Amino acid sequence: MKVLVPVKRVIDYNVKVRVKSDQSGVDLANVKMSMNPFDEISVEEAVRLKEKGAVEEIVVVSIGPQQAQETLRTALAMGADRGILIKTDDNVEPLAVAKILEKVIGEESPELVILGKQAIDDDSNQTGQMLAALLDWPQGTFASEVILEDGKINVTREIDGGLQTLSLQTPAIVTTDLRLNEPRYASLPNIMKAKKKPIDEKSPGDYGVDTAARLSVVKVTEPPVREAGEKVEDVSELVTKLKAKGAI
Amino acid sequence: MTLLTEEQTMISDMAKGFAMKELRPNAARWDKEGNLDRSKLEALGELGFGGIYTTEEHGGSGLTRLDAALIFEQLSRGDISHAAFLSIHNMATWMIDSFAHDQLRAKYVPRLTATELIASYCLTEPGAGSDAASLKTTAKLEGDEYVLNGAKVFISGAGFSDVYVVMARTDDGGAKGVSTFIVDKDAPGLSFGKHEDKMGWRAQPTAMVNFDDCRIPATNRVGDEGHGFKFAMAGLDGGRLNIAACALGGAQDALDRAFAYVQERQQFGRAIIEFQATQFKLADMETELAAARALLYEAATKLDKKTPDATKFCAMAKRFVTDTSSKVANDALQLHGGYGYLGDYEVERIVRDLRVHQILEGTNEIMRVIVAREMMKGQV
Repeated sequence: MKVLVPVKRVIDYNVKVRVKSDQSGVDLANVKMSMNPFDEISVEEAVRLKEKGAVEEIVVVSIGPQQAQETLRTALAMGADRGILIKTDDNVEPLAVAKILEKVIGEESPELVILGKQAIDDDSNQTGQMLAALLDWPQGTFASEVILEDGKINVTREIDGGLQTLSLQTPAIVTTDLRLNEPRYASLPNIMKAKKKPIDEKSPGDYGVDTAARLSVVKVTEPPVREAGEKVEDVSELVTKLKAKGAI
Repeated sequence: MTLLTEEQTMISDMAKGFAMKELRPNAARWDKEGNLDRSKLEALGELGFGGIYTTEEHGGSGLTRLDAALIFEQLSRGDISHAAFLSIHNMATWMIDSFAHDQLRAKYVPRLTATELIASYCLTEPGAGSDAASLKTTAKLEGDEYVLNGAKVFISGAGFSDVYVVMARTDDGGAKGVSTFIVDKDAPGLSFGKHEDKMGWRAQPTAMVNFDDCRIPATNRVGDEGHGFKFAMAGLDGGRLNIAACALGGAQDALDRAFAYVQERQQFGRAIIEFQATQFKLADMETELAAARALLYEAATKLDKKTPDATKFCAMAKRFVTDTSSKVANDALQLHGGYGYLGDYEVERIVRDLRVHQILEGTNEIMRVIVAREMMKGQV
């Protein structure tokens, strides 16, 4: 089986995000970038399936600026086999990403596509679902467990009321949730080997996809500063105060 | 950091990720309990950290000294004690891989690079510190065995490590009479002293290693007789870079903690970072660490390129980086005020851990001697 894993270069999760003074977006100048954590989980899952012998090849794809190549290298160091960089400096919205991925899938014919459920920069949580709709493939979103069995993909997903297990026919789309696995550290030898793995360079134009924005950002603002709380001595004081505020 | 290659950035990021998640949350506990965590050393081995600059033939990662400096700097941000201990293991592993005969290499190096075996390094003696060539431990060939007698002091990992790389005298002739041996932990006649009660590096045991008619197979000699001191000298430049890198990472962690603290700590109705006295201190600490880092990376690059002034630069870097790191860590403690003096804030541990970096792997006074000597040789 061949697996395709799309990965996105995003602002590192440790960075304290600052909003630009003109409120047009988040300041990315001199900010550390890394692979979207959900995508790291996707790569890890694909590598584990390969280690179990269920997968022959893992192709990673990234849509973004030249530096997104570093994100692909990280995936290659974790164990992916080759990469495709679709170079653009534009902000590509989920629908356009899904349309490009649809074309990539047309060329690569993977039987399974594993995506992060969302990217931590815009938190859209749309690409996987849109891609499944465009391809008319079954989808298992928010996966906490993925098991390949008799040509089927059993996906356990986290839903409000508990866990739900779906059985998907291949080819299929899976999006990953936090608890699916804990991504490995790429070892030093694998980091060096990743250097030699191939990365193809393409552009959105090669796939005939128009990436022009369909949404416009009106304003980006900081969340309101949390106000100081109040300390209470004991439970009865707490209850009195809560009653006074009409909370209970 | 912009001067690093893509791979070096990945390596550094990976080491940092491991340090922050696997080491840093445990550092205070290890310091209190006086424990090295074997499982962490094994995990580090799986990632290729057991033989960072050891050749790939027997499982080493085959990286450069600059790569190693980047790695030890990042690991030390998690725990100085474990990072520095791993650097000693790396030095001993590299020494065996570089100078032992093929059969001995094949026997030990694969398990050392995988950290299935952990190695300690035994050079210093009660009467032979800075003047290492005056060491007195003897090794006499009897049949197909060497018999070792003497004692080594300040041995990191004594009693914990599986393998000891020992410098001992096979002949009277000063430095030229020294040979190198691998002694297994279970060798008859090998024993360990009590754990020293140290100021820092408390996670790792430090003790005397005693040889009383300690018998080892003659095949456990590394290289030829009389070459030992040459091997010891060959390891020094790199060892100094490692110790400097570990100091730098520790100081960075102290600065990170202080930077976070001064933004939280309120006095006179505002966060103390709003006072210029605090800002000036932070700016100096940041600048001093950047300067130390630049010198360390340059020295490592020179050692990788084997330039004639590499030894001088390694000595300069060891002296400057370890002094600067101690100063910055001490400033970080001062920024914490009274809380910095408490164990809970962990900066005092960093200050304690970093103090020894100015002493071992050649004291900083000896570093000055080396720098001046190299200057006088014409390597200005």
